[in-house]
Amino acid sequence: MSPSVRLQEMIRVIRGARTQGEERGVIQRECAAIRAQFRQADNGTRSHNLAKLLYVHMLGYPAHFGQMECVRLIASPRYNEKRVGYLGAMMLLDEKQDASLLITNSIKNDLSHSSQYVQSLALCTLACMGSAEMCRDLAPEIDRLLRASNSYIKKKAALCAVHMVRKVPELGELFTPAARSLLSEKNHGVLHGAVVLITELCERNPDTLEQFRKAVPELVLMMKGLVMSGYSPEHNVAGISDPFLQVRILRLLRILGRNNDTASDAMNDLLAQVATNTDSSKTAGSAVLYETVLTVMDIKSESGLRVLAVNILGRFLLNNDRNIRYISMTSLQKIVQTDHNAVQRHRGTIVDCLKDQDASVKRRALELSLALVSAVNIRSLMKELLLFLSSCPPELRAHTTSGIFNAAERYAPSQRWHIDTILHVLTTAGGDVRDETVPNLIQLITTATELHCYTVHKLYRALITDISVQSLVQVACWCIGEYGDLLLRGECEETEPVQVTEDDVLDALETVLQSHMSSPATRGFALTATMKLSTRITHNVDRIRSIVSIYGSCIDVELQQRAVEYNALFKKYDHMRAAVLERMPVIDKSSPGHTNGESAGGTIKELEPTKLTQEIVFPQEPSNQVCDLLDLLGGSGEPFQPSPSLSSTAPGPASSTAGGDLLDLLGGLDVTPAPPSVTVYEKNGVTLKLQTDRQTDTGMTVTITATNSTDGDITGLTLQAAVPKSVQLQMKAPSGDVIPAHGLGQVTQTVLLNNPNKVSLKIRVRVCYTSQSSVCQDTVQIDSFPSTAW
Amino acid sequence: MMHFLLLFSRQGKLRLQKWFTPIPEREKKKIVRDMTTMVLGRKPRSCNFLHWKDLKIVYKKYASLYFCCGLDAEENELLALEVLHRYVELLDKYFGNVCELDIIFNFEKAYFILDEFLLGGEVQETSKQVVSRSIEASDMLQETMEEYMSKPAF
Repeated sequence: MSPSVRLQEMIRVIRGARTQGEERGVIQRECAAIRAQFRQADNGTRSHNLAKLLYVHMLGYPAHFGQMECVRLIASPRYNEKRVGYLGAMMLLDEKQDASLLITNSIKNDLSHSSQYVQSLALCTLACMGSAEMCRDLAPEIDRLLRASNSYIKKKAALCAVHMVRKVPELGELFTPAARSLLSEKNHGVLHGAVVLITELCERNPDTLEQFRKAVPELVLMMKGLVMSGYSPEHNVAGISDPFLQVRILRLLRILGRNNDTASDAMNDLLAQVATNTDSSKTAGSAVLYETVLTVMDIKSESGLRVLAVNILGRFLLNNDRNIRYISMTSLQKIVQTDHNAVQRHRGTIVDCLKDQDASVKRRALELSLALVSAVNIRSLMKELLLFLSSCPPELRAHTTSGIFNAAERYAPSQRWHIDTILHVLTTAGGDVRDETVPNLIQLITTATELHCYTVHKLYRALITDISVQSLVQVACWCIGEYGDLLLRGECEETEPVQVTEDDVLDALETVLQSHMSSPATRGFALTATMKLSTRITHNVDRIRSIVSIYGSCIDVELQQRAVEYNALFKKYDHMRAAVLERMPVIDKSSPGHTNGESAGGTIKELEPTKLTQEIVFPQEPSNQVCDLLDLLGGSGEPFQPSPSLSSTAPGPASSTAGGDLLDLLGGLDVTPAPPSVTVYEKNGVTLKLQTDRQTDTGMTVTITATNSTDGDITGLTLQAAVPKSVQLQMKAPSGDVIPAHGLGQVTQTVLLNNPNKVSLKIRVRVCYTSQSSVCQDTVQIDSFPSTAW
Repeated sequence: MMHFLLLFSRQGKLRLQKWFTPIPEREKKKIVRDMTTMVLGRKPRSCNFLHWKDLKIVYKKYASLYFCCGLDAEENELLALEVLHRYVELLDKYFGNVCELDIIFNFEKAYFILDEFLLGGEVQETSKQVVSRSIEASDMLQETMEEYMSKPAF
């Protein structure tokens, strides 16, 4: 009977066992037999016994007694036995077992065996479970094989070297020269191994990385060859020639091109070529395209290429294959911070993926959508997110709610929208929100003073519908307590008012107090709210008093304490009750990240789109920015466009400057009556004269005339002006920008000033011009103007 | 690199396990359990990629067998799908219309084929023909019974 049938026979018997117990019995018997066989002399069945043991091991039963048998079999000259022995070594031995050291010598001998298949067994085992010790011992052998052997062994030796470098990084230096020479091989297997080895070496050692950057042209050529080659039957996968090798080369190029302009430039063309020529109808092509996109985004590629890459990802988003949609979104997630605008273009598709069936795709789409929220798209995107929340899988709800709250906080277009959004989230998924939602919402409501009536109506309606969502109930109770009078008044501008009586409101609060669904904290809220209403309602104060006194003996200590204190407020301190329970002041939000257009510590205003003003309008700027504005000309180097506005420089540098040498512009000045035209600047042959003409009570026209007494024309003349904060300035277009030489002509520019606050007028003028091919720039301050009746 | 490759049936029975990193036995069992639970729990038309600890898990179902591999975070998932597919093609070529039973009863051959295709967690040969030829040649080396018995054991 041929021994291998016995193996298959055993497998059949084991599979035929009807219960776990029966199977265990069969296996115990077989293992006993195997153990006995191992102890016996060789009878030609050792390899089959080990194979049987390996099968048993795969089922999950202990097989450690086979370890020594593996060692013996590896040392045998018979190929069958070696093969099974090595397989057993890979399955039963790992570097932590002592027995693994014993096979080092066998491996060493087999690495120099005459048969390449025996060599291959040794290489495979070494690469699979070689310990650091073994790697150090056998590294020279591997290096030898890397240089002088056939391609079958070379490719295996390369991957074995990879394993060794992973285990003992110092060995990288040993393999670097051999790795370099392997790149000129033609065999794809060897090339693949070489590229993997070089990738590993470069990842671990920056010096090696530098060295291999010189190989970029070679790699580019290799890749080009693969992409442009015709059909190769040996390596073709769905129309792509050796996608495995292509992907590895791209990965290596990515590592070599990262943070290096020269290398990145060298591969730009290739990447563009691969990106456009690769057919992505099958997975193989998509894999290559995907790797190309990753490489483009990671190296210093030119912007056109980056746009191409993002568009490929966008195309992937529309692919029918779910896998491709998924990886497209993971890649977009990585680049959404750096290439935000490019990713925004695909927002529609990403939002559609929120409706996908697959949970992984949904999760990715959610993260991407949250990353894409901006002030521009907040309304539409929030609609989608809220829709998603109502149907999203439970494991994503907490993440979704916190994402929605963050987005709402940063980009809420109005307070009412913000409050509505939070209420919507609470009604849909109130159980999955963060703890600080309740105080945050309360703070938001207090600041939205115009919306108190609206808010309390909405919350009251929500409360009477459903009291199971604790966060919502808490906020509702608080609001009713604070603004119950608005509710009872029965009128509301923003929404349909409810007609409730005081009893209805107290009923609602009492339901919350008594419900078993309410948590202790919620009941605390409800009790306090009931108490607060005692100053806001007129008829049912006695009812409140009785509710409060009942809870004075409540078993919950917190409630009891509150009730007792409120009782005391009724009895002994009734005169203080109104003061204690009056409307709360606006709560300051102390978080620094609030960018909703509010000034420090104040209320949230409607976010106005910041328009660039045509004139410099100073009235709202705080006083310390006066000096800064005048220093605009000193600090910023932007060229002045000859249009009647200084707007482009206004918002930017309006921050604190060094300012030490700034003049105190609003201090007293001696106003000397100035002649109608005064020379304010004279240098390099250029003269600037100022002429004032008062038009109105607060308005004045200033004309600046520039003349040139040099031998050459003055070209590129530009004038810039700045004035104190409350003065408005408008510069008309100059008559020209070339001042002819020898005083033969002049350039004039009119400036209109409006000084409504009648502050002391000063003007600072900066003049730029080119004279005799050199650019000059000067600043002059004019402090004195005709002073009549300012 | 690939950290492990597992083949298991719809009932969660392990048919092949290849580990490319040293992991204690107990840890291996846990990983197998986690993988089978996670993969078998997936809905039929889900995507083939998962996350588990810091590894990417790529799996594909072929008839009644699930092929599941664990990869480093920087690996290309789509290429991993191609790797799994290539392995199935190799098995198919060797066994001729491979089915799960072939792999059960000839598990050691399945390992030998895998060892000709992957080494140390990386692809070693990208050409199907070369791999098939190597396996045939190694099989031919397997001695006949007479040769086997006439050779000394040590």
